[in-house]
Amino acid sequence: MTVFEHESGRSRVTPTVAGTSWLCSPHPALVADRQGGVVEFNDAAADLFPEMGVGSWLDEVVPAWLADAHRRLARPPRTRSAEASVRTGRPSLRGSHEGRLLRAHPTESGHGDVAWWLVDDSDLTAAQEALRAEQERTALLAEASTQLLSSLNPDRCLEKAALLAAAHLADAALVISPPVRNRYGVVTAVGERVTGLQVAMDPTAVPGLAEALQGFPPVPARWIDPAELPEWAVPEGIEGPPGSVSITSLPGHGVPAGVLILLRRSGRSAFDASEELFARLFAARAGAALSAARMYAEQARITRALIAELLPPQLHHVHGVDFAGGYRTSQETERIGGDFYDVHAGADADQESLAVLGDVCGKGLDAAVLTGRIRSTLHALLPLADDHQNVLKLLNGALMTARHTRFATLVLASVRRAGGRVRLRLTSAGHPGPLILRTTGEVEEADTSGTLVGALAEVTSRSATVHLAPGETCLLYTDGITEARGGPLGSVMFGEERLRAALAECVGLPAEAVVERMQMIAGHWVGSGPHDDMAVVAITAPHTTHLSAVNGHTRGRYTV
Amino acid sequence: MTTHTTTSSGLDAARERLWAALGERDEEAAAAAVLDARDAGTPVEEVLLDVIGSVQARLGRAWAAGRISVAQEHAATAIQDRLVAALARRTPPSPRTRPARPGGDGTVPQRVTVACVDGEWHALPARLLAEVLSGRGFLVDYLGAHVPTPHLIAHLHQTGADVVALSSTLPVRLPTAHAAVTAVQAIGIPVIVGGAAFGPDGRYARLLGADGWAPDARAAASLLAGGLRRPEGARTGPGQGLPHLLDQEYTLVTRTRAQLTRDVLEGLEAKVPAMAAYTEEQRERTAEDIAHIVDFLAASLYTDDAELFTGFLTWTAEVLRVRGVPSGALSAALDLLSDVQHDFPRAQTHLAAGRRALAHVPAPQASGLHA
Repeated sequence: MTVFEHESGRSRVTPTVAGTSWLCSPHPALVADRQGGVVEFNDAAADLFPEMGVGSWLDEVVPAWLADAHRRLARPPRTRSAEASVRTGRPSLRGSHEGRLLRAHPTESGHGDVAWWLVDDSDLTAAQEALRAEQERTALLAEASTQLLSSLNPDRCLEKAALLAAAHLADAALVISPPVRNRYGVVTAVGERVTGLQVAMDPTAVPGLAEALQGFPPVPARWIDPAELPEWAVPEGIEGPPGSVSITSLPGHGVPAGVLILLRRSGRSAFDASEELFARLFAARAGAALSAARMYAEQARITRALIAELLPPQLHHVHGVDFAGGYRTSQETERIGGDFYDVHAGADADQESLAVLGDVCGKGLDAAVLTGRIRSTLHALLPLADDHQNVLKLLNGALMTARHTRFATLVLASVRRAGGRVRLRLTSAGHPGPLILRTTGEVEEADTSGTLVGALAEVTSRSATVHLAPGETCLLYTDGITEARGGPLGSVMFGEERLRAALAECVGLPAEAVVERMQMIAGHWVGSGPHDDMAVVAITAPHTTHLSAVNGHTRGRYTV
Repeated sequence: MTTHTTTSSGLDAARERLWAALGERDEEAAAAAVLDARDAGTPVEEVLLDVIGSVQARLGRAWAAGRISVAQEHAATAIQDRLVAALARRTPPSPRTRPARPGGDGTVPQRVTVACVDGEWHALPARLLAEVLSGRGFLVDYLGAHVPTPHLIAHLHQTGADVVALSSTLPVRLPTAHAAVTAVQAIGIPVIVGGAAFGPDGRYARLLGADGWAPDARAAASLLAGGLRRPEGARTGPGQGLPHLLDQEYTLVTRTRAQLTRDVLEGLEAKVPAMAAYTEEQRERTAEDIAHIVDFLAASLYTDDAELFTGFLTWTAEVLRVRGVPSGALSAALDLLSDVQHDFPRAQTHLAAGRRALAHVPAPQASGLHA
């Protein structure tokens, strides 16, 4: 059945049934007999085919594709199947005539004549083409954006930009970064291969390059004579001088992010207007992504430098005593918080080493900044560490005169090995008392207490002296551990009892293993729930002479 | 590949020496066993994997068989970790050619980040892999145990790693591992995974869409040397998700973990009279065991693989059996879980499979888990 697209109400219309009204149709229509002679046609058909007259042969007045189609339809090799196909509807034919795209719908009249209805499809086809191209371009840009934005690493982002440009815009693409000390980073992609190099060059030697690198004056993509391209800019895999070369600035966030150079092999068509537009859209995205990656890298570099002193240190074996520390921040995205610890080695094995673990009121960056001050202050007070009370008094004074209103609790532990045993002087300033694990599996709390620092004008404290036999451990911890909520039944506080029970199972373990076990048990307890900063330090008297070559250093935990 | 001929008896001797030293917690003797093997010409990779790694696996088996305590295993592991460090420091840089990063011009070595997923504390397998890769010329960043995904991603942005190797031992970490794999792929970096969590045949690695899986460190090194393609940024199309999660059973089981544990615990107390005499600590241990069962059920729902659950149950029953603890309470716990999850058809299927699996394990009498 033949359906007329623009007159969908009428499903089957033949000229004879419709009378003569078709003669006034705005669409060209004509009827030809079995031999290909024109029988009838309307005004629109006459406009389209000026030489047409009744009795003229189709071959002489209409394009060949239409005459051929008529021949196939009117005089088919097997009549029956042809009739069947006419009746059941044929796909419309398409062909061009004088720059117009025509769709031809045949209708069988019943006695060998065929009526042809022609619809001018040019605009529709052009629109469809444009839409398809636009859709492809949009999909490609969306894909490019996703890929470009996925990495915040500038090198990876540069590679991505070059690879995408080489895949979709040209045979080869170069992304040139703004100079660092007169050297330009050049990332080149040919096909799926990407290489990077540093080039010392004069950008004014390449027409348009200096301007594009400055992003000023703002010029669109610029075509340069391929012969003017310097040697470093012609990658391997592009034989001979390229056919066409364009230079496009990559607009960044306010400052140019670099330059994109596109190369096409000679013999390939140069860029057309729509490709140029696409290149510009791509450049905008690549530039924005590069700027974001560079800004992130710069911020990350600054952050790393600033927090380096605030990160918990790697603890190890000092003067015959094992130290190990572990830290977990309350916020998974952060690496520093309000808990802190340090071990300051004594000048020699006869001098005490000072271990300190503390907790600043609050968490996050603000608290971390204060831990840095406390750690620096304590470092400066090391020569006075013989007298814990005095150290705490001076620290308190320093905190009281500072601008902030935060306070802190901490434990000081002066540690010295004497023979096989380790002697500890422990002083708590408002902090949970250190736990001592004996070889018997008993767990004692060191008998020390004191006021916290940074809150009151006067601070008092009482020290305890403890001796560790080989294999015994003193555990310093913050209340983030004991106050952690979780457990199999949910929302239960971990508490000191569980901590003591967990510690009791660590008899004879080396310091690292004690710390790891405490962290693991606390970690399992809180599961994925919220928790405060948690810090532990284990001070252990080793079983045997320590293996000096091993030295207790272990790589790991965010150390890069 | 190597001209060196390490006799298996030589390795055996080194293993036995190391095993004995660890049993005595004698760090010096342990180091001597390892360093002597190396000095005798055993390649470092073989010392790492066939001595240290092999002994570590034996430690795990010994614990499961009830021959050593958790504390002993922990102490031995701590020493092993130091042995790896000592070996690494005493090994000159690899003379081999460095494996090049894929897609480059062959001059830039491949950079690999090795990490354990968040919540995973078994670091030694990842550590051994890191050392093996270093030995083969890769640039390696080893992040250690228990790496929160945000830290991993920040590290990757900052270093521009070519590929990530993620390690996980416990299947209950698979949902976390999935999140990590997806996050790393979203920034355009391929991920290979390894460790017991992913199944002996790596089936969960495929399920979670990892770019590769390796059964051991050598296989991982070969896989990486072949070069992995980077995923094309964030993939949002269908196929990335796990359609069976639409039924929300995993989510609901995970969300109500504490309540489920409490329900089962109280149910057990009503069923098993002996539990009335439990101390608070015994009761909490029982609750932990139940929570563990719930976690494994959740993981089996997440992967939609009842074998994950049954595997855990038969293993647990065996661990209990060698310790003389009857596993009848396990079946009782499954019954109770089944009662409180009657609206969850998939959970019911997995629990039923669990009960069938336990039927094959000898269970002398019904009693408390920690009777």
